[in-house]
Formats: sequence, structure tokens, C-alpha cells
Amino acid sequence: MTNTVDVDKRRFLTNATTVVGGIGAIAVAIPFISSLSPSAKAQAAGAPVAVDISKLAIGQMITAEWRGKPVWVLRRSEETLATLPTLVSELRDPDSDNTDQQPDYCKNPGRSIRDDILVVVGICTHLGCSPTHRPELAPEDLGSDWKGGFFCPCHGSTFDLAGRVYSGVPAPTNLVVPPYHYLSENQLLIGEDSQGVA
Amino acid sequence: MRLTLGLLLSLTAFFASPAYAASSKVALDNVELDLSDKASLQRGAKIFMNYCLSCHSASYMRYNRMGKDLGLSDKQVKESLMFASDKVGDTMTVAMRPEDAKKWFGVVPPDLSVISRARGTDWLYTYLRSYYLDTDKPLGTNNLVFTDVGMPHVLWQEQGYLRKDSDNQLHALTGDQEMAFEYSMMIRDLVNFMAYIGEPSKIERLALGKWVLLYLVLFFFVAYPLKKAFWEDVH
Amino acid sequence: MRLLEWVDARFPASKLWNEHLAHYYAPKNFNFWYFFGALALLILALQIVTGIFLTMHYKPDTELAFASVEYIMRDVEWGWLIRYLHSTGASAFFVVIYLHMFRGLLYGSYKKPRELVWIFGMLIYLALMAEAFMGYLLPWGQMSYWGAQVIISLFGAIPYIGEGLALWIRGDFVVADATLNRFFAFHVIAVPLVLLGLVVAHIIALHEVGSNNPDGVEIKQVKDDEGIPVDGIAFHPYYSVKDLVGVIVFLFIFSIILFYMPEMGGWFLEKDNFIPADPLKTPEHIVPLWYFTPFYAILRAVPDKLFGVIAMGGAIFVLFLIPWLDRSPVKSIRYRGPLFKVALTIFTMSFLALGYLGTQPATGLYTLMAQVFSILYFSFFLFMPFYTAIDKDKPVPHRVT
Repeated sequence: MTNTVDVDKRRFLTNATTVVGGIGAIAVAIPFISSLSPSAKAQAAGAPVAVDISKLAIGQMITAEWRGKPVWVLRRSEETLATLPTLVSELRDPDSDNTDQQPDYCKNPGRSIRDDILVVVGICTHLGCSPTHRPELAPEDLGSDWKGGFFCPCHGSTFDLAGRVYSGVPAPTNLVVPPYHYLSENQLLIGEDSQGVA
Repeated sequence: MRLTLGLLLSLTAFFASPAYAASSKVALDNVELDLSDKASLQRGAKIFMNYCLSCHSASYMRYNRMGKDLGLSDKQVKESLMFASDKVGDTMTVAMRPEDAKKWFGVVPPDLSVISRARGTDWLYTYLRSYYLDTDKPLGTNNLVFTDVGMPHVLWQEQGYLRKDSDNQLHALTGDQEMAFEYSMMIRDLVNFMAYIGEPSKIERLALGKWVLLYLVLFFFVAYPLKKAFWEDVH
Repeated sequence: MRLLEWVDARFPASKLWNEHLAHYYAPKNFNFWYFFGALALLILALQIVTGIFLTMHYKPDTELAFASVEYIMRDVEWGWLIRYLHSTGASAFFVVIYLHMFRGLLYGSYKKPRELVWIFGMLIYLALMAEAFMGYLLPWGQMSYWGAQVIISLFGAIPYIGEGLALWIRGDFVVADATLNRFFAFHVIAVPLVLLGLVVAHIIALHEVGSNNPDGVEIKQVKDDEGIPVDGIAFHPYYSVKDLVGVIVFLFIFSIILFYMPEMGGWFLEKDNFIPADPLKTPEHIVPLWYFTPFYAILRAVPDKLFGVIAMGGAIFVLFLIPWLDRSPVKSIRYRGPLFKVALTIFTMSFLALGYLGTQPATGLYTLMAQVFSILYFSFFLFMPFYTAIDKDKPVPHRVT
């Protein structure tokens, strides 16, 4: 009973309806999928954190919190900075070639804006534990060659005092340096570089 | 058939019936608001921050969201509208503790985030212009719309004082018509702002509506011919 | 299609598709009143999806609940849309369901052999009312709190076990955190599971006997050589394309409400619910949501607490009995006598009037009117065995018109 014109019309209209309906379906899906992104509350909580280093003594380290993560701020001595070049042969990525781990302005031997202040996220790049700060030289458990650094108790990864990972440990990459910049001589803002980029 | 449809149409009677008449027995003045009037909202924001935010919180509203919707940068918000917090992503909370508030005012000043949706904008507009002197009250003032309210006449400097006569009408003791008019305009801006913080997404909602309806009309004009095409062979 | 054959050998995919869609023969004369079943299914899906996304951000704790709803409205991307979809959807659900049920009354869709379809449908209606009631507590506004307090205390009216029962339902001496949390559990998973099961049963029962139609004619009585009812057409594609148009029109009306008046003047989102729950301060007027108001009016019309509860329950229960109260051999109102038409008209007007009265204070004239309309409401059912038996019905055609 149906002739060809009929069938063609049906096929055309079916396709047209499917296309229009499909567009609608996608448009409706977008709000639902977006609703899973960080809310304004999460973004506010993830806002940059100011740290005052006026009272930070040489060798002292404070832990700030940014986006739920510990961020270490450590004042390094001249002696410490002098040891950094000597460790190059023992490190997996001594020149910070992996650009995912630090902003470009921290791709330098000390991995920091100012040589004396290290700012680094205190989370082991292996499986996420927070390493312990081991500034002392040649402790019993870490050996006589230990020049100071960070030791992760979970699986034994080690990092130097620029956050660089040693070779032969489970952690694959250097500790992450967050974006940050100095608001003044003694005030730094973690979470945002000087251009205001997070 | 037609009878039953007619009955259903009488459902519209429901929408006319005011099940939620304002609890005040006073006739409310109508205020025309315009949420797209950013200048008005900015003025209202300033009044709110200066006069209201010391006692009342608006703890569901974020400063940076307000800035974005009102056309202000984070810096402008921080400089001219933030006195209680210092982070632009924070919500508008106040430092006053509920225990202290209860002691000083007898009641905790309610959060104002959604007060415009609870009370209505006409109510707020009338309430803020209906304070009068009343020597019987500890704070010296009373309100025609909200009898024995615990809130003082915070804006007395802008309005001056009114008194109530035996007919329950309010008359100005100081100031002239122009001052009264300017005060009304100021309250309009404030209520506009309070309507905005009651539902910040309202502007977006209204804007999106026409596109959705347009899309559905378009969809109808393919779906209906599709239906007709198939139903051609149903007799 | 090889894949389809592989599946069919292991799961009756094609069989289900044919039995319930492509070769399910529905009467060809479905009219406007026949859209609402499909629309109800659409709204059910909408409520479940929006409900899931709301649950990702909502907090069922008396200290956090109200704030979490405002968090959704402001801080969650598109949260305001998801919330309004859910609140508008809840009211839309009841509009659709009431029209769907009314169709049943118009065309005798509850009569043999479709009594079970009706019974499952009534159970869905009950479950839906429970779902809506519990969902409304969740925003923890003044109306949420006091509405729940009033309705749960109705259970206290039951003799001997009442107080203990109310205490057990609440999990506390008044509506409190325990109540909120358990209502959350019921609203989010327990009742939706029951609803889904009942909807499946409802559709299976319907498909077992086949759909009714506006003429009340059984189309299976006249079949062609292949055993297909001559007045039947395949649900797919005929009713899928027709229902699509119905869906679009519905969505158009729905969107107007959603985008331009989601509060609906306080009918869909009550003003008092923008005030956080305060156990020490009762609002001036406690009004349940509009879809409960007819039964609320009946409850208040009876001046005795226990009998009021019994009357309210009875008003719902009596609907279950219609398949057996209706003695007329005629299904559709098109061929019914004048008595049924008058009775149905009075019933409808009473239901609407009671709905209005449920929103007003229970005083003076309003109470008297509620009593009158309650009597009329019950009369529709009580006298049905008589007036349907003696009614002068018209002859029913053999084929659909």
C-alpha cells in the first residue's frame, strides 16, 4: 500500500528527527556532565595560599596546605645548595627535563625562584604518601653518602633537597613544584604564578 | 467531554487564589525590580555591605560570583565591597556569634541569602520604609509591617524618622518629599540586590528559556510531519 | 545482523522488542487522553536522573541540608537547572498522573480484564505519594519540617499503637536528624525501586490483555487472517512517533514553567520553604503541596482525629475498589447513561473543590464546604453499584469509531 515517495519521505523525516533529537540529547547531557566539575566551593577552597617566611630560619621547613595537599617551604643553607650539583649522577632527572613537574621558571638547578627557598608539593610521585624531611647528614638508615633530602617511608623513595628523585627508587619523577610567586620579600603566594595563572 | 475539559480549565482559579497572603495585615507597596540593571545592583550591593552585613550574613552568596554578575572585577569587589572577609571566593558570613546576637537583639538576625524568596520583594520594600518612632520599645522604634520587630531602624540616617498617627498612617517628622523619594529609590536598589542574591542564576535561567522553547518548536516541525507520514496509512 | 542473532540465542531481545513494541497491537483510535502513560514514564526517568545528580551534592543532615540545596543552586555548575528540573518534575508528575487516572475513569480502563492494571496503577500512585512526601522533607525548610511533623503525627491517631508507631517512624521524639536521614534513604533508593518494579508490573499486566480505547471496544474480538486485530496498529512505529510529538508539546509547556516560573507563585516551591526549619516556630499556614490537598481537605473535614485519618485513607482506598463497584457492562463514557456522566462530573468537581479547600484555613464556611464535597466524593463510589446497574447505557459499537 505504501509507494516509494512515501518511504523516502519517511526515511528523510526519520533522519531529520533523529538529527534534531540527537542535538537536543547532547544539549541536555551537557549540564549534567558539567555538574560534576569542581563547584565554586571547591574552587574557592583551591584558591592560592599566602605564606609568610619572615620567621623561617635556615634549615627550617614549614608545611602549608594548598588544594588539600601539603606544600613544603624550606629555607636552604649555602652548604645545602653546594651539595646539589654533586648529586647529578645519582638522580633520575637532574635537569628537570620532565616539564610536567615544575613551572618553567623553576627549571633550574635549585628548582625554585629564589635559590634559598624551596617550594615543593610534599607528595611522593610514586603512590602518594607524604615523605619525611631528613635534613641530617649520613644517618644510619640512609647511609654515609646522604647529603640531606626527603625519604618516603611507604616504599623507600628518596629525593634531594631540590625535590629531585634519586635513580633506582620506585618514584618515577621529581617532586612537583606548584605555581607560585613572591608578593614581597617575605610573602609568597602558592597556587598562582606572577601572571595570575594557577 | 467538553464539560470535563471546561472543569479542568477551572483549575486556573487555583492560580488566582492567594494561599500565602502576607502575614502582615498592612497593604504592601509594589516595587518594580530590574535584575539586568547592573548599576542599581551595584548601588544595592554597597548599601547591603555597609548597613546589613554587620549583623546579617548572606552565607550562600560568594563575593566573586557577585562581582562577575554585577560586572565588577575581583579587585573592585575586594576594594569597595569587602569588609568582613579577605578572600574574594569566600561567602558573605559575619563575625557576630549567634549567642551574642541573641543576647543583644533577642533573636539571631536571620541570614538574608534567600529572604527575598521567603518574604517577597514587595514585603521587603514596604518593611524597610515602615519604621516609626515608638517610645514603648527598647530600641525606640517599631515597624508597621513587622510588629515588635527586634531589628532597629538601621537606615534612620537616610530616611529620618516617621511617626504613626491614630489611623495607622505614617508621617515624616523630618525631611521633605525629595528625601522620602530618594530613600525609596535607595531601598529599591537594596531590594533589587536582595532579589539578585536570592537567586543569582535567575538572569541565566530567563535568558536560556527562549532558546529551549525555540529548539522545541523546531523539533516539533520535524516530528509532527514524521507522525503524519506514518499515520497516512492508518484509517 | 549477526550480533543480534548471538544475543537472541542467549537473551530474548528480539522477542521482547516484538511483543511489547513492534508487534504489540494497540487500538488505532487513541486520543489526547492516551498520551499520559508515556509522559509519566518520561517524567519517572527525568526524576531518577535529576535525583541521582542532586544526590551527588545534597547532604542529608539537619545542620547541612538547607545549605546544601542553596549550594546546588549557586555553586554547582548547572545545579540550579537540575534542582528546578526535579522540583518542576515532581509537580508535573502529579498533573500527568491525575490526568492518566482520569482517562481510566472516562473510558473504563479499570474494568475486566484490566483490574490488575488498575490495582498496580493505584499502588504506583500510593508509592508516588510516599516518594513525594519524603522528598519534600529533604530541603529541610519550614514547610518541609512542619508538613512532615503534622502528617507523621497522624499515625499517632491509631489507637493503642499510635504513639509508639509515630515514635518509631520518626526515630526521635520530634521530626529530627534521624527522620531526615531515613527519609533520604527511602526517597533515594527504597521507594524508587518499588516504583520501578510496580511500573514494570503495570505495563506487563497491560500488555497481557491489551490496551483499552476511547470507545471501550475490545479490538481483539475482530482479527484478520494473520491474527492481528483489524482495529489495531503496531505500537512501534505508530505510537512511538505520535508519543514523540506528545513529548515535545509536553516539554514545551514544562519548559515554560521551568524557565519562567519554577516557583509557580508558591504552588511548586512554597515560600515558607525558603526559611530553614525551626522546631520552635510553626508557620501561620501549614499547607501540603498542591497534589495532596484534596485528601488533606477530607482529613480536616472530619472533626475527630482518628476518623479524619480513616476518612483520608478511605478516600484513597475506595479508588482501589472501582473495578468491582462499577456494575455497568459499558466501559466508555461515550456509551454510558446520564447517571454515570452526572456522577463523574460531580466527583471531578468535588475533587477539584476539595483540592482548593485543602489550601485554605480549616474554619467556618470552608470546613462546611469540605464536608459537603467529601460526602459527594464518597458518594461517587458508595452509590456506584446502584447507579451503574440501573443506568440507561447506549449500544456499544462492534468496531472502533
